[in-house]
Amino acid sequence: MLSIKNLQVKLEDEDKQILKGVDLEVEAGKVHAIMGPNGSGKSTLSYVLSGKGGYEVTGGSAELEGVDLLDMEPEERAAAGLFLAFQYPVEIPGVGNMTFLRTAVNAQRKARGEEEMSAAEFLKVVRAKAKDLKIDADMLKRPVNMGFSGGEKKRNEILQMAMLEPKMCILDETDSGLDVDAMKLVAEGVNALRSEGRGFLVITHYQRLLDHIKPDVVHIMANGRIVKSGGPELALEVENNGYADILAEVV
Amino acid sequence: MADLAVQTDLTEARIASLTMPEGTWVAPLRADALARLRAMGLPQRRDEYWKYTRPDTLTQVEAPKAAVLKTDEAPVFDGVERLRIVFVDGVFDAEASDDLSLEGVTVERLAMADSDLHWAKNLYGVLETRGQTPVARPLAALNTAYATDGVLIHVTGKPSKPINLTYHHKSDSSDAILHHCIKLDEGAEVTILENGPAAARFNKVMEVEVADRASFHHIRAQGRDHERRAATHIFTRLGTESAFRSFTMTVNGVLTRNECVIELTGDDAIANVAGACVGDGDFLHDDTVFITHDAVNCESRQVFKKVLRNGATGVFQGKILVKAGAQKTDGYQISQSLLLDGDSQFLAKPELEIYADDVACSHGSTSGAIDEDAMFYLRSRGVPEGEATNLLTLAFLAEAVDEIHHEELREDMTARLAAWLTRHST
Repeated sequence: MLSIKNLQVKLEDEDKQILKGVDLEVEAGKVHAIMGPNGSGKSTLSYVLSGKGGYEVTGGSAELEGVDLLDMEPEERAAAGLFLAFQYPVEIPGVGNMTFLRTAVNAQRKARGEEEMSAAEFLKVVRAKAKDLKIDADMLKRPVNMGFSGGEKKRNEILQMAMLEPKMCILDETDSGLDVDAMKLVAEGVNALRSEGRGFLVITHYQRLLDHIKPDVVHIMANGRIVKSGGPELALEVENNGYADILAEVV
Repeated sequence: MADLAVQTDLTEARIASLTMPEGTWVAPLRADALARLRAMGLPQRRDEYWKYTRPDTLTQVEAPKAAVLKTDEAPVFDGVERLRIVFVDGVFDAEASDDLSLEGVTVERLAMADSDLHWAKNLYGVLETRGQTPVARPLAALNTAYATDGVLIHVTGKPSKPINLTYHHKSDSSDAILHHCIKLDEGAEVTILENGPAAARFNKVMEVEVADRASFHHIRAQGRDHERRAATHIFTRLGTESAFRSFTMTVNGVLTRNECVIELTGDDAIANVAGACVGDGDFLHDDTVFITHDAVNCESRQVFKKVLRNGATGVFQGKILVKAGAQKTDGYQISQSLLLDGDSQFLAKPELEIYADDVACSHGSTSGAIDEDAMFYLRSRGVPEGEATNLLTLAFLAEAVDEIHHEELREDMTARLAAWLTRHST
């Protein structure tokens, strides 16, 4: 599904290398988790994959189902099936959440040569999915993420994911700023989307999200590289001993 | 002294090019206005009040030519039940206009109102004169002196539908001067709609007297013709617990100066004036507003949003004057520009002058580009860059459009702005 080979990335405006050769394969139907200390390059990886500006790829490749991601505009990556759930979802005053969702859904459909969703059909689908995520009518009507609590913003991300039905989902610290109940709700939303044809890359600092979204593979990232990969037990090791032991072992 | 001589020549040349229409009650009012005009002289580039907008093409004898835009787009307000009054290049078009009778209101043409006891005698040029201090507005005095026509609307009740003044533009060299007087009796309510490019050059004054507990709504769409020029003035005076709401949408036009002079003279009155404009290329739009609070517990709001690209210029001069004794004044002013490229500019002069000690006044003026984070967020969801730009641009304009207290018209204005953005997408 997602194939990253020796990916090297620096900041565009600074001579600062962030990713120093990342290798990662996420298969369809699998959930991979990336853990790692602050500044290890986890968020940069998610931004570079989704096409945010400000970074320069200096080497390596990233492909989604064999298609080069790095050569595409952000909207083309989205239409190709990539989705990033933001660590800090952006507030957009003046743009209604429903308008935003419908514009996004139809833009992707259009890009893929599919028929656009009618207003009535869209309304029906979005209401059902919003209900599962306990997103009320008021939240759908308000401007995108405006006045949303931390939990509401993250639920709104998952709603977008559910509406857009991507092939490859990247969750960037979706657990940050969430209380236990909110995290459970978000995790349920994600789990409901797990399927044979869909891959997940879950970026997190903490093991607790992985109690709810059970990963197949856990990677440890440090200093711009994946330094260790293993099963779910690797996350527990981090939780118990911190990163120091693992990093010491690697170095 | 040389400047003064130049100014006098300019003013006299313009006066000589115009013919004062005849009339009964209006004749002495026109003569007074001419005297005011001569005393002030027409504006020049060096005038402080015209610092950002060159007045030459508005004051010169001949109107610069302006091509008539051919469009298939349905006219604004088309679907709205309304009383239509049509002017073509400033000339009343009886055939295209509706019968002027409507319950709760009397509507007459200025050019036809001969009765010497006409109510408009106490309004025509009166609010304009009041608006001449502390800042001179010579183009308005010129209008009062030389307006060839206009409508006199006396609102005694609550007419069932809006009155729509439509200004068609047919000749590429037309120079139109229209003057409207609108008087709302106590408790009366009316909505005035205006639309159309009017003429190659248009000078329009609207004087609006709003009595106690009366309510005036005004929604205006200035036509799309690219080369048209317009200098418009609204003068209004508000009584106790009355309301004045005015919204203007401007798309295109090489030069537009919209002045709005508001006096809150009765307690607990509300004045809202808003504008949304979009300009591409050879475009200058100037919103000049002067609001005087002269009563207790009044609220005023100014909300102006401009979208500028390809070298377009936006100007905002907005002042709130709170007189001594105008306690509990709530004055809000915001003027913002979205600059879609580095060639466009926004010139703003927000002013507050306050002589009362228990007031809340705020003003904000900003210009900036599209928010990059919002842009990336939209694109990451699959919305192409052009569409995302338009969505964010409309969102930027929404605060001004939301000042329209009429859902159908608000949606129509939004749709027009969206259509413009789509047409002008890069």
